[in-house]
Amino acid sequence: MFEGPQSFAPIIPEIILAIGAMVLLMYGAFRAPSENLGRDVGWFAILLFALTLGYLVLQPASSSFLFHDAFVVDRFARFMKVLVLVGASVALLLSFDYFARAKLMWFEIPVLMVLAVVGMMVMISSNDLITLYVGLELQSLALYVLAAIRRNDLRSSEAGLKYFVLGALSSGMLLYGMSMIYGFAGATGFQKIATAASAGDAGANIGLIIGLVFLLVGLAFKISAVPFHMWTPDVYEGAPTPVTAFFAGAPKVAAMALLVRVLVQAFPGNVSEWQQIIVFLSIMSMLIGAFAAIGQTNIKRLMAYSSIGHIGFALVGLASGSNDGLEAVVIYLAIYMVMTLGAFACILAMRRKDGMVESIDQLAGLSQSNLSMAFLFAMLLFSMAGIPPLAGFFAKFYVFAAAVKAELYPLAVIGVIASVVAAFYYLRIIKVMFFDEASEPFQPAEPYVRFVMWAAGVFVLAYVVVPAPLIDAASAAVRSLRFAPTP
Amino acid sequence: MIFKAIVFLPLLGALIAGLFGRVIGARPSEIVTTGLLLFAAVLSWIVFSRVGFDHEVARIPVLRWITSGELDAGWVLRIDTLTAVMLVVVTTVSSLVHVYSIGYMHDDDSRPRFFAYLSLFTFAMLMLVTSDNLLQMFFGWEGVGLASYLLIGFWYKKPEANAAAIKAFVVNRVGDFGFALGIFGIFYVFKTINFDAIFTLALDVAKPDHADHTIQFLGGTFNTLTVLCLLLFMGAMGKSAQFLLHTWLPDAMEGPTPVSALIHAATMVTAGVFMVARLGPLFDLAPTALQVVTFVGALTAFFAATVGLVQNDIKRVIAYSTCSQLGYMFVACGIGAYGVAIFHLFTHAFFKALLFLGAGSVIHAMHHEQDMRNMGGLAPKIRFTWVMMLIGTLALTGVGIPHLIGFAGFHSKDAIIESAFVAHTAYNYAFWVLVIAAFMTSFYSWRLMFMTFHGNTRAAPDVYKHAHESPSVMLVPLAVLALGAVGAGVAFAHYFIGNGAEAFWGAVFEGSPDSAGDAHGAAHDFPEWVAWSPAVAMLLGFALAWLFYVRNPSLPDATARAFPSVYKFLLNKWYFDELYDWLFVRPAHWLGRVLWRIGDGRIIDGLIDGTAATVGWVTGRIVKLQTGYIYHYAFAMLIGVALLITYFMLGGGLSR
Repeated sequence: MFEGPQSFAPIIPEIILAIGAMVLLMYGAFRAPSENLGRDVGWFAILLFALTLGYLVLQPASSSFLFHDAFVVDRFARFMKVLVLVGASVALLLSFDYFARAKLMWFEIPVLMVLAVVGMMVMISSNDLITLYVGLELQSLALYVLAAIRRNDLRSSEAGLKYFVLGALSSGMLLYGMSMIYGFAGATGFQKIATAASAGDAGANIGLIIGLVFLLVGLAFKISAVPFHMWTPDVYEGAPTPVTAFFAGAPKVAAMALLVRVLVQAFPGNVSEWQQIIVFLSIMSMLIGAFAAIGQTNIKRLMAYSSIGHIGFALVGLASGSNDGLEAVVIYLAIYMVMTLGAFACILAMRRKDGMVESIDQLAGLSQSNLSMAFLFAMLLFSMAGIPPLAGFFAKFYVFAAAVKAELYPLAVIGVIASVVAAFYYLRIIKVMFFDEASEPFQPAEPYVRFVMWAAGVFVLAYVVVPAPLIDAASAAVRSLRFAPTP
Repeated sequence: MIFKAIVFLPLLGALIAGLFGRVIGARPSEIVTTGLLLFAAVLSWIVFSRVGFDHEVARIPVLRWITSGELDAGWVLRIDTLTAVMLVVVTTVSSLVHVYSIGYMHDDDSRPRFFAYLSLFTFAMLMLVTSDNLLQMFFGWEGVGLASYLLIGFWYKKPEANAAAIKAFVVNRVGDFGFALGIFGIFYVFKTINFDAIFTLALDVAKPDHADHTIQFLGGTFNTLTVLCLLLFMGAMGKSAQFLLHTWLPDAMEGPTPVSALIHAATMVTAGVFMVARLGPLFDLAPTALQVVTFVGALTAFFAATVGLVQNDIKRVIAYSTCSQLGYMFVACGIGAYGVAIFHLFTHAFFKALLFLGAGSVIHAMHHEQDMRNMGGLAPKIRFTWVMMLIGTLALTGVGIPHLIGFAGFHSKDAIIESAFVAHTAYNYAFWVLVIAAFMTSFYSWRLMFMTFHGNTRAAPDVYKHAHESPSVMLVPLAVLALGAVGAGVAFAHYFIGNGAEAFWGAVFEGSPDSAGDAHGAAHDFPEWVAWSPAVAMLLGFALAWLFYVRNPSLPDATARAFPSVYKFLLNKWYFDELYDWLFVRPAHWLGRVLWRIGDGRIIDGLIDGTAATVGWVTGRIVKLQTGYIYHYAFAMLIGVALLITYFMLGGGLSR
């Protein structure tokens, strides 16, 4: 098949970003070092993200396949890429002042973020095990470096190293699973795997299933589902806060998107098998996320467990395997990302004269010194706890409703219990902010940080009034995933 | 656009006055809210002429609201004649009350709050009357309930006002419980809550061989439509203060008088009537439910009138009168004469608002004295108010010459009485009860006039000396309403209930073209004496009141002494408050105490403390797992893989 320049149109966003990353790298490397270099490169990166985003939004709604079906762009891919781009842009926006103050605003940070985003977008669009792996590794390598970017800091280096070693282990398992799948299905393309797996009794072949298990383990590591989550709290705590904000948003979305696509498109005939794995991961994540978070005193560690729990809730939707469930996952991810970025904006605003603070106790009496921030933070925490009428409630509601519809009652019940337990630690923070003795007030927050806080707060509040755009987009995305024409 | 403007201008006013009232001050708040409402009122009359006379019917989508499974509720403004009439009533009375309040509330400190509430109420009421599905209606329904609660308790430092506000809210909850059940039931049976769809589907359900013709409810099998209509009517009974759920309305008089005029006379309390009329096509298919509506309406008309006979608080007399007149409207609905019911609603809004605002003017003149036993002889002091109250009374008692002309109430109330006769209820009870109630209406209305304005004064001398006419900002609204009380009957009878009714209403009360629609206007086939009977009742009532309170003022006391038990019974409002206190309030208190001491204190607290300890223990264990050693983490991952693989290897997870 001849592929003219015309048919590269769908992959142009990735190309823009990849070339952009190179250009920025050159610019940074050959330009005389100055104070503003990092910030300039950062703004260029945001510009790149915005360009890409605009291009994605304007693309036609149809699905297209590239490179012998190794790469697909459908509405699902576009929706997820938009989420990733927004997450990355916001995280970058949040990082400017933090890094400037820490004298860390190196131009490599935005370049690495752009590269990571390219990897994520390739992951989201992958329609073949090889593309999957390339995207995943591109993303991961950039993230390992980002986690360790504060190389003089012991905790940051430790975080990067731990992440790298465990990531390598998970990559090994992923590759092992992929090779087994290839061995039993005889193909690496998702559609071909699906055909092979559903033909005759090949689907019941234990070899294929074991391959699937290993593949899922590799992906579970990326979304930090229990018991492959152990790296998360340490990395979240050790990495610089804006990097943590980045980690908690875009990569999770990309990995979940990948997980959804692999399961739905490559293994549609093995629902009953992978459903059990997802249910297991989901229950463990929800419970461990909820219980372990209660014991935390550091807010970043707490956010790590919170994100583990949220992934567990999102997996509830995936476990149902229905269109409703997938739609719920997509909506959950979008809402989760907004809430998380908002919460990290609040965490970045926890700054005293002598530096950042990360202990929950430091928030004591925030309502007296800075009511608007306390209110917004409380709103986001309420939303994460799933209190109506905030967005987080609907996110949880949709996944549980899908689970109930799919008759996964135990899963739904455990999910609700876990969300009750999880509510405790969110409420505890609110209690500290509103009812404890006031401590010394924080420094005023920077404009970008304040902007992100407010935007997230408005989103979680307004979702109940205008839910339709998100729901429509999510359902269109899921439909494109289901009825993708087999090429 | 014009429709959206009518609905949302009051909301805009409420938001401005409510959010920025303290910043911009009291006077600008008044001007903004009142101005916006006057504008909305003008627009409403334009709409009224366009819809009522040019028959413009429309559905204006505002936004997609809730889509969940089979439930699809949009936010759509439903514009037809019924809506147009309600728009006119609500915005006109509301704007006049806004104007009036500028004078009445002039020395209150929280005027922005007051005007914000008033406008908020108006918005909610407009949402209610423009609703296109039951959910929207419920939204407006609860919205007016909230505004009513806030306004009754407006003087929140007064314990009686707070108690009355809570009472209104709680009693309405009882009705709303039924209303909500009705909505659920409708959705359960029809899988939709949009009016048009319900009316079409109901025609099928009404057929005896339809699968949903009967429904299981409270352990019995009943006709589906009857059950649904009765549940919905329960909501109407609450909001419209019908017998058994009426107790909140007299207490609601603790609120400022303009509130009583707007909410508890002209608009909100008529929401129940509006609901039954709006759902007319549904009720038409449930004859049993309609009989209940008629009976409850007649009973309320009679009951409230008897209580009104002996009350001494000027506002409570009018409150019971309202209750009684709402009963009339329900009788009209119950016999299928929805047009007549709405016509009475329309005229009643004018003269009852006039009476309330007039009473407000009296109270204002008397320095917040409300007891009629401390009034009397006020006519020369406040001549203008007296004329206004006189017009209101003439309209309420239905003064007029049959077949010819009369005040507003004459046209509408007599039409109800005549329709009731034509409807042939058992023993014609509806007709006779309403005639007797008309007699009592006349008696208590004139009693109010005579006790307040005529005879020798019983007021304290200095109060009487300082009694003064209200400022013109309060009198102008009175004059406008008086215009309506005099002319609304003559001007609109032709369209609402006369020969023009069919063209005027269009298909509002008919679900679909093929439904068995009978003439919903007033019937004209009745003996001559029927037309004269309300007039006679009215004259008798007047004569008796004149005898009791002008000719021989010692007669009332003598009568009360002669029949002490009857007098006590009426004065204590048939002992309903005492009964409810004994039946519901005290057991609720007792239950609350028990649940608090034993249920909450011992059981729940015990459980919670136990759970909390367990959670803490679990958390401690899990946190210990997080050692920080990388080989522990890798080990955990490998354990996870091993578990999953073993599970599948042993065949546990394989489906095939």
